Parts: sequence; C-alpha cells; structure tokens
Amino acid sequence: VCTSRFWFNYRHVANTLSVYRSVKRLGIPDSHIVLMLADDMACNPRNPKPATVFSHKNMELNVYGDDVEVDYRSYEVTVENFLRVLTGRIPPNTPRSKRLLSDDRSNILIYMTGHGGNGFLKFQDSEEITNVELADAFEQMWQKRRYNELLFIIDTCQGASMYERFYSPNIMALASSQVGEDSLSHQPDLGIGVHLMDRYTFYVLEFLEEIHPASQTNMNDLFQVCPKSLCVSTPGHRTDLFQRDPQSVLITDFFGSVRKVEITTETVSLDRDLAGFESKLPKDELATEPLKYAEQLPVAQIIHQKPKQKDWHPPGGFILGLWALIIMVFFKTYGIKHMKHIF
Amino acid sequence: RGGAGEMLAAAALVLLLAAAPGRAGAGQARGDALREELLLSPLPTGDLAATFQFRTRWDADLQQRGAVSHYRLFPKALGRLVAALGVRELHLALTQGFWRTRAWGQPPLQAPAGAELWVWFQPTVTDVDKAWKELSNILSGIFCASLNFIDSTNTVTPTASFKPLGLANGTDHHLLRYAVLPREVVCTENLTPWKKLLPCGSKAGLAVLLKAERLFYSSYHSQAVHIRPICRDASCLAVSWELRQTLTVVFDTFSSGQGKKDWSLFKMFSRTLTDACPLASESKVYVDISPKNKEKELLEVTPPPPSVHEAIVQGDKRTYAVYDLLNPSLFNTSRSLNVQLKWKRPQDSSELLTPVLHAHRYVSGYGLQTGEISTLIYNTHPYRAFPVILLETVPWYLRLYVHTLTIITKGKENKPSYIHYQPAQDRQRPHLLEMLIQLPANSITKITIQFERALLKWTEYPPDPNHGFYVGSSVLSALVPSVMAMKDVDVEQSPLFTSLFPSSDGSSYFVRMYTEPLLVNLPTPDFSMPYNVICLTCTVVAVCYGSFYNLLTRTFHVEEPSRGGLAKRLANIIRKFRGVPPL
Repeated sequence: VCTSRFWFNYRHVANTLSVYRSVKRLGIPDSHIVLMLADDMACNPRNPKPATVFSHKNMELNVYGDDVEVDYRSYEVTVENFLRVLTGRIPPNTPRSKRLLSDDRSNILIYMTGHGGNGFLKFQDSEEITNVELADAFEQMWQKRRYNELLFIIDTCQGASMYERFYSPNIMALASSQVGEDSLSHQPDLGIGVHLMDRYTFYVLEFLEEIHPASQTNMNDLFQVCPKSLCVSTPGHRTDLFQRDPQSVLITDFFGSVRKVEITTETVSLDRDLAGFESKLPKDELATEPLKYAEQLPVAQIIHQKPKQKDWHPPGGFILGLWALIIMVFFKTYGIKHMKHIF
Repeated sequence: RGGAGEMLAAAALVLLLAAAPGRAGAGQARGDALREELLLSPLPTGDLAATFQFRTRWDADLQQRGAVSHYRLFPKALGRLVAALGVRELHLALTQGFWRTRAWGQPPLQAPAGAELWVWFQPTVTDVDKAWKELSNILSGIFCASLNFIDSTNTVTPTASFKPLGLANGTDHHLLRYAVLPREVVCTENLTPWKKLLPCGSKAGLAVLLKAERLFYSSYHSQAVHIRPICRDASCLAVSWELRQTLTVVFDTFSSGQGKKDWSLFKMFSRTLTDACPLASESKVYVDISPKNKEKELLEVTPPPPSVHEAIVQGDKRTYAVYDLLNPSLFNTSRSLNVQLKWKRPQDSSELLTPVLHAHRYVSGYGLQTGEISTLIYNTHPYRAFPVILLETVPWYLRLYVHTLTIITKGKENKPSYIHYQPAQDRQRPHLLEMLIQLPANSITKITIQFERALLKWTEYPPDPNHGFYVGSSVLSALVPSVMAMKDVDVEQSPLFTSLFPSSDGSSYFVRMYTEPLLVNLPTPDFSMPYNVICLTCTVVAVCYGSFYNLLTRTFHVEEPSRGGLAKRLANIIRKFRGVPPL
C-alpha cells in the first residue's frame, strides 16, 4: 500500500513497486496481490521518462516494468477501502482482483509506506489510520480466520508505533524506525528531481534481489537488514505474537509462492471424438428478414421525436402548500355556498 | 451439469491441440477469426499517428443461453460479461492527451480525455441502472481503472447522440447509458490487461510493438474496446459478434522524433516486426501515402511496398502502401520489417488543410462564483451546410443557467432544430444538454452558457481540491459532406479502418468528435481551519472568560501568619517578657 499523493512523494510509490516486483519475481501471481497506489507517478506529467518508476539513481532499475496491475489507484486508496479489503466487508459488486480472498491457510504479507507519526499513518494528506484501528482490523481478520500467519512491514517515520498495539496471534511486524525517529530517504536523482527510494526499503530490495524461490534464508536475516550505520534510523521488529521461531520461518513463506509439486509417470489419454461435441450445441436462430444497422444521425427522426413522457406525480411541497393556502383564503372570504360556482 | 462441463473441458483441450498449428478455422461452423492491422498516417504538422486495430469476429450468438461455453479467440472475460448482463453494445475508451483536430485533421476514431464508457443494453434487461453499475464495477476490475466511480452523478442518457454502431432492432434510448471520467489517468496498468485480451498477447504479430515506455511518451494515447453485433454475411440473417481493440498513438516530432521528421518503426516503438500472429487470418500494415496536392507524392517509404491500396476514407480518396505480414516474400531480404518514412521535400504551411469540422471549448469568467462555458464550432466547407448534434454533460456543482444559453452564427441567432435539456439534481444527476444545430457553410458558431459554482460540503472535496474539478468533453456528432462519394464496400475485404462506422449513403460520412475537457476551480475551503479555529477559540475562551471569572469570583482572605521556626519563637518569648509586640 502506498498512501502518499503528489509528485514529491515519488519515493513511496517506488518503495511499494519494488516490493511488488520482488514478490512477483518470487512467484506470487497478480491475482494474489492487491496493489494500492495513491497517486500515479509513472504517467505523471512531471515525469521526464513516462511509464517508468526508478529505484536507483542514474535510472538503473525500472520497478514499474511492463506487466503491472494496480488494483486500487488514485482516489480509491482510502482508510475505508483499506480496512474493507482487510476485513472482507466489501460492497457486493467489487471485482475479484480488488478482494483479499484469503482463508485460514493463507500467509499474508502487508507492506505499507507513506508519511506517519507516533501512532498513525497518513492517507493521501487528508485522513489517518491509527495503530488501534489497524490492530482491531487484524483481530477481525483473526476471528474470521482470514489468515494463517501475517507479516507486516511498515516504512514510515516512527513506524514502530504502528505495531505496538497488535494483540492477535501469528503476527510478525517490522518497521523502519523507532518511536521518535524519522525514516530517511536514500538518494535523489538529479534528472527526475526527487528522492527515489527510502533507505530501509532500498536495503530490503537489495536483500530480496538475492532471494530466489528455493532459497533457505530465514527471517533473522531480514531483521539484520539495514543497521543503524546504513539507515540512520533504527529498524525494529516484533515477534512475540508469532508462534514459530523466526529462525525457522523462511523468507519465501511470505514473499514467494512455493508450491509442492508431485511428478507422476502415468499417462492420460484424451478423447479425440469431436463430432459429438459439435452436435450438442443448439443451432443459431436465423432471423426471418434481414437485420440492419441503425442510422447514425437521422435528422428528421430526431427533430420530430416526441419528448420522453415523464410520469405524473401529484404536486407536493411548496406548490401543494401554496394552492392549499389560496383555496383556504378563498373559502374563508366567500363561504362554502359559492362552491357551486366552481363545479 | 458437472458431466457436461467435464466433457466440454476435454473437448476444449482437443480443439486447442487441433487448432494450434493452423490458421484460424475458416471452415468451422462456429469459426472465429482475428484480423490485425496497423495504420501509419503522417500528420500535417510532421507528427505521426499510429492506429492499431485488432478485430476478433465470432460467428456465435452470445446472448443465446447455453450456446457458448468454449472460448477460443474471443476473450472469456468479455464474452461472459456480454452474456450475463445483457449487453448489446459496449464501448470503453481510455485516453491520455487530446487530439488536435485543427492541426492534425479528422481522426479515424476519437475518444475524450480520461475514461469514456457507453453501453446499449438489450431490451430484455429490466433494471438498466443496476446492470450499468455492475458493468462498470466489473470493467474496473478487468482494466485496472477507477471505473467504479461511475455512478448516477456522472451518468447520462442521451436522447439523440450515440446511436448503436452495430445491428439494432429499434433504438429506445432508455437502454443507453453514457459516462465519462475526465480525471482518469491512463498508464501501463491499463495497457497490461488490454494486451492480455489479445489472442496472441504481446508476443507475436503487431502487438510486439506495444511497449509502454514508448507508447506513453506521446502527445495522444487512446486505447479502446468495442463490442457490437454485426451481420454474419451479406444476407444479414444471422448475428456475429465483433470485438475491436483499437489503440491510437501520436508520436510527437520533438519528444520522440528528436526534432527530425523522418520516422521508422524502430524509432517509434524501439522494435520491428518479425512475423504475424499465427492465429490471425489477416495481418497488414498500411501507410498513408496520399499526395496532398494531387501532384507528386511527398512521402518516400522503404522498403518498397509490395502493393498499394486505394480507398475512400472520410469522404476523400486516399492511397495506402500495404505490407502483408502473412506474405512470406516480405521477410525474404531481412528477418524483420522496419518501415521507414522519409519526407521528400519540406512541407510548407500552405499545404496544411483545415478539416471541415472542428471545435474548441473554453471556460471564461473571473472569480470563484460565476463563469461561462463557450464552444466554438467551425464549418470550413465553402458551400455545404450540415447538421451537428452537440451533447454536453456538466457536473451538478456547476449550476448552469439555461436562460443564458445563446447560439450565434455570423452575428445572428441560430435556433437549434432539436433541444433536450435535463437539469441537474444536487448530488444525484449532472446536467445534460443536447442540441441539433445547423451549421451554415463557412461559418463559426458560438454557443455560450453561464454557470455558477457551488460550494461543496467539506467531506466531498477530493484530497487535492486545489487542482480543480474537471468537466468532461462535449461530444459533436455530425454528418460531414464528403468530397468523393463512397461506394458500398464489403466489410470483410476492406481494411478495418474503413468499417468503423456503418455508412448509410455516400454523400456524407459520419464523424464523432470531442472538445477539450475543462478544468474549473471551485471555491475551496482551507482544510486546516478546524484546527486553527479550535486553537484560537480555546485560547480566547481561556484568556477572556477565565480572566472575567477570576475577577468576579475571586475573594481575598487574610492568611494567618505561620508560627515560624525555633529562633523566631524564642525571639517572641523574649519580646513578650519585654512587652513588645511579637514578630
């Protein structure tokens, strides 16, 4: 989730896209990723290289790529939509790509970045989500059995405050800075004119670039990423709610999609009978007279078109009150016996 | 049901295996066919417009229940959508930029800036609004666009424009819905699912040229999806469904061309063509080499085109160089095809023809209370007059005053032959204004209407309200007189760009144009004021009221002196002995 709007928050979009890129590379398909970007940087008029978002200066790595699907974009990234996606309480018409279709065997990775403070994260410069709301949302998810294990990573200023209030089991959290510290950005690019990445996510990206689907690296290595000498802030983590030992949790449990495949040597023969298939389909109904295309600008027909008949409603409101007043005054003045002059 | 599904899945696998090596099944009863085409047209200003069209035509009736369960070239996502929601026609366009008609000429198919969706539903649909809402939500998921913001505040039902482009059995406009989202951004995430709907994806054929980095570095980028029913054959007794995916890009001389006006496929797309899509029955590249002044040609095309095609497009005779990618002799000399265009002589400005119909819209006025929307429509034909329908959709927060609507042509008032106005309802419906205006020959028509800006509730402002609010483009539909009469052409034999609009008679051709979108500032409150007000009020209350309260209720009491320390008590005892008052 990237929660920041405006061009100078380019680095938050680059952060989110680099994590997106890493999880896609490690095998998670788009149908299992909900990507929320609060503003469009790639096709922003201020971007000197359209359709690109770079993470390293001198434009080495385009994290936007050619195959990206953003599920929630621009004004759709709100606190309400985010909480609805997490808890599953979405309006009935929402398409599948915008839903979190998880169950009790799913491992969920949540990465959030933006501007934050002690106990809150700012969404689009107009609203905030507090750590209490987030903890309650995770508890709702636990009660509804929407996750098996959850890894929460946050890269904002004072990020550790966001995971202080979690109380649901099986949650592991990482943050880029402690309470009272600011997370700093990594490097500006003079061609684009903004800072490209935040330090913590930059080093996490470097770490993830070395992971491949079969690697056995565990969470303890992720906790060591970006010590204080590289990131000026102190990254923090929280593992007390997690039941397994972080030493035994693989990175690919959350960042990758590793499936167990069994190879069989049996053969399956397919039925090559095609005629039976064709005859089962119903025949097309043919029209009796030829169909035709509509005329695009039938001037005569338009001019003589009758206006749409509006349904008649009895008068209400002001008009009714006005007429009632007029009739009352009339009968008060002239008396009831003059009604015969009307009817 | 499960058994039938299994059997169909098995049969589907067999069909797939059977069809893979060959071309699209022309001999099958339920054939579907793909035609792909690229049209390169140099524009008068030196820029180049590239229009891709991918047309999948399926000889099956999607509306018949149970008739369709196996999708081959036609994408399943769209097929299921048409069948389930009772859609007769669907047109969705996502556009970045604006087509400059005055400088570039008439486009083959134009779309307004942002997202535009218009749909005709089948007469069997009972609740059209519900189906419309479901449709926009499903499309927002397929195309990664915020189409779910389409609701009653930006949907209108036009009464004279947007007649169906496919087969129609009567046109009851209650079944039509039109919405435009001018704020919508188009980027790679919209192109990716669009490319995935193509049968060959972006791996073979003309679609290999569609790389986002080059396509979005352009003045105009428009991608569209059109689904409509068409005649299956000349007798037109059966219905086929057609899906057209079009993508129009205009490459700018200065940004993409580095200042030079010579173009090539490699320069535009950073790729060249290597083969045709194996699933396509036709795959061609057309280059517009029409001579402007009927003298010599001014464009030189390399490699030399194997054939030349002449067609009457938009009422004028045009010549095209044709490269057929399915022709094996095309790739004899080199493995890839890189079409290059060079200008033989520099163009002078006298050759720039103004199009017969073009329009310009702007907002004027000062301050944040009132304003005026003006539309100028130019008819540059020397002697022919023709009608045009203007459709304007204005959001409810710009309150239009219809009594100030004036239409002036050549200094005199021009009364429209048909006018339909539906006023807005706050937070429910936008304004809809539709007029049929006769444009006299060689004239400029100016349509003005005044409006007042509304003050929104503070929660209704978007997160960046100082950017302004967009008013969608207005639509001009016209029958423009053609220079040369068009004959009835067979749709299957002619290029795709000639068969977009069904042509009725040859003396005029139908064109649909869009004006510029407008950006209007509404009176925006300062959102930090609640915090400021609370601080100020609390300070004022604390200082003023607090001081008064103290003045009125504070009383002073004399305090007993304290007993003091040991030294003081001893001193007091000595003083008592002396008879002196104590300390």
